[in-house]
Amino acid sequence: MRRITVILTCLFIQLTDGTALASPVDFENQTITVAITQEPPQMNSAKATDQVSGLVLGHLMEGLVRYDRRGRLEPGVAERWEMTDEKATFYLRKNALWSDGKPVTAHDFVFAWQTALKPVTASEYSFIFFPIKNAQQINNGELPADKLGAVALDDHTLEVTLERPTAYFIKLTAFNTFFPIREDFFNSKGDKYAANADDLLYNGAFIMTEWKHSASLKMVKNPNYWNKDEITLNAINVDYITADTRARLNLYTDGKIAFTRLDGETYKDALSQRFRIRRFTTGSVFFIEYNHRPEKVTSNLNLRKAIQHVFDPDEMVNRVLAVPGNLRGESIFPVWLNGVEDKFRREYPAPMARYSVATAQQYLDRAREELGGEIPPLVLLVSDSPTATKQGEYMQGLMLNKLGLDVKIDVQTFKQRLAKMTSGDFDMVGAGWGPDFDDIMTFGDLMASWNLNNRGRYNNPAYDRLVQIAMNSTDPKTRMDAMGQAQQILFDDAAVLPQYEQGIIYVLHPKVKGVVRRVVGADPDYTHAKVVP
Amino acid sequence: MLMYTLKRLLAGVITVWFIATATFIAMHQVPGDPLMNDKAVSPEIRANLEAKYGLDKPVTTQYFIFLSNMLKGDFGISFTQQNRKVNDIIRDHFPVSATLGVLAIFFAATGGVLFGALTAVYRNQMPDVVIMFLVILGISVPSFVFAALGQLMLVNINSFFGYSVIPVAGWGTIWHMLMPSLVLGLTTMALLTRLMRSSMLEVVNEDYIKTAKAKGLSPTRIFFRHQLRNAILPVITVLGPQIAAITTGGFVVELVFAIPGLGRYFVQAVQQLDYTVIMGTTVFYGAFLVFMVIVVDILYGFIDPRVRLS
Repeated sequence: MRRITVILTCLFIQLTDGTALASPVDFENQTITVAITQEPPQMNSAKATDQVSGLVLGHLMEGLVRYDRRGRLEPGVAERWEMTDEKATFYLRKNALWSDGKPVTAHDFVFAWQTALKPVTASEYSFIFFPIKNAQQINNGELPADKLGAVALDDHTLEVTLERPTAYFIKLTAFNTFFPIREDFFNSKGDKYAANADDLLYNGAFIMTEWKHSASLKMVKNPNYWNKDEITLNAINVDYITADTRARLNLYTDGKIAFTRLDGETYKDALSQRFRIRRFTTGSVFFIEYNHRPEKVTSNLNLRKAIQHVFDPDEMVNRVLAVPGNLRGESIFPVWLNGVEDKFRREYPAPMARYSVATAQQYLDRAREELGGEIPPLVLLVSDSPTATKQGEYMQGLMLNKLGLDVKIDVQTFKQRLAKMTSGDFDMVGAGWGPDFDDIMTFGDLMASWNLNNRGRYNNPAYDRLVQIAMNSTDPKTRMDAMGQAQQILFDDAAVLPQYEQGIIYVLHPKVKGVVRRVVGADPDYTHAKVVP
Repeated sequence: MLMYTLKRLLAGVITVWFIATATFIAMHQVPGDPLMNDKAVSPEIRANLEAKYGLDKPVTTQYFIFLSNMLKGDFGISFTQQNRKVNDIIRDHFPVSATLGVLAIFFAATGGVLFGALTAVYRNQMPDVVIMFLVILGISVPSFVFAALGQLMLVNINSFFGYSVIPVAGWGTIWHMLMPSLVLGLTTMALLTRLMRSSMLEVVNEDYIKTAKAKGLSPTRIFFRHQLRNAILPVITVLGPQIAAITTGGFVVELVFAIPGLGRYFVQAVQQLDYTVIMGTTVFYGAFLVFMVIVVDILYGFIDPRVRLS
């Protein structure tokens, strides 16, 4: 009888999927298994715009500089650099190699940047090169690409002439769009460039050896990487691609993946499983953007001021979002931004309206007078995500209860919402902004009158002037003073209604150490992660 | 028979053309802009993107370009994955959906026929009541609930045994396919059970069953040779469209079980207004559905000679 049981048990184990004692981490081989939320849509660094592509590319490619685990700049392909108001010169290391063994040269950077700027590429991130001389004209098709102010003096020296003094130019070069692309390889692939694992050359810490679309991808340690001795992980297996948070938590519970982000619903399940919940502030700011077009009632300052005085960011964070990690929205400039010596927001605290229904009523009375009587129902445009809808309903209740204002919520899918935002078909819209690089300008020019992302058409010449100062000056004090004043103007104008700084919660396998969460750049970053016994 | 087949095929081609045209018109009526993204782009870049996808031409011109490309079997490049052809997407991901679908249909058909026959045999008795209750459940509960429950069940089974008995998600082995295909087939199984039951009950009262009984045939023989064979015809009729529906309707299941099927592209393309993928997948699935209906019609002609006469 016992023998039969043993045989049956063996048979049973044989019949199962063969991954007995599954673990998403392997100490012996130093590998981890994770999931991503969607298929990376674009692995061509000149064209990538989304987070998932950025996450994968950040492990596979390396720019001139990179961010270290604390978010400070450190040398990447460039060993060192020199910077003046007119020029930046990068000295490339000789041992930086492509995954096929050929050296990474200054030409590869020039080619990548020219490619991204060529109008035919239609890269959505081409604007990020505009501090470089002639970049904007090339992008507009007014100049040929070879007129770009980035020149390879020799294989290992890259000289960049700037259009205007740009204090943060070096920081920009850590961004995806600045990654190198090798011309001969790019041309040999044609339209298929970056479409599959072998249609891409790698110069980062990992190379992609396998990419099954929408199913899985595998990144293994790059034997040609110049800094390979610092890389502990031998492989990052992305075995699952699904946007379903609950499915990912199930995979985590089942020991299949080492990391997953949680949301409001899965948070409670993770708590009940007694997982250690970690939190991280993403650096993105969410706010209500008003429509400042003159024909809209929201162009009235007193109306916006009234709303400003009844909105309580604490309630938004603690009772509406109700997920740990979110921070009060006080300013369009998030708390992590650096100022002169300390954090910007410590040096220039954000002005806050004192919560007062009475004051708000006074503003509202003035608004009614100026607008000639009753205020028509306001249209609040929101995206169709559960969080956005919940926020919209909160705002609707708030404005009805405190101000007696009617709000109609207009829930739209992603593309429809964008179309309505762009054409100005809204009074208020739930919007958000995430940083591209580690400088205050990544938020600073958002409300500038020339910025196409300023979809509410906010226009204040005084603010514009301050943005110009911060863009063109290289003196930290001058720049931050200008941005401090800009912050005050945005508050005085109630230009937007900051709601919260986004926080996210996640679980991470306790044996994985050294995973870096980043506000700017590939996040989460497994580059220097390791598995401990 | 040949004329019959040819007629059906011609009607099929017209149907596919109609599907393509209707989708094309509907798609262009959807508000929103396929080229718009989080970051606003300059008019110059926009113009280049429009030129790349031919959106700078009038809609009627776009339609004829689309039709002529479709006849060549080319659906163009995806808007969201700009270096992948729609044809490649279909080729890469349809086999996954199809595998899942075939397995789901297998579950649905065997389960449906078996349970349906069972309920008819035990009409108004305990098995009938229980199964019919489950059938109502299967029809009314949406598949994302079943998917989530099914996955949770696997997690619990695995944690009970302490190792991976059945993988909770992913794709690759037969073990990955079991739960998703079961979930996917549930609704169809419920539908088929109901259909099979009523059709069985009809057959039970037929004269030839009485004759068979009178001849003294064993109940098993009557059941398999006379009842089941006659009652299964309506099931086969709906099976064709159901196969097409199941291989397309797997969006939720594919999402929950992290399966790289075409259903995900089919749904996400609409959300993202990915014009080329919308057209490619819809026309492909439309053609597939029409093809399955024709196949069933023709098969039906073989199984039941009465159909050909009418």
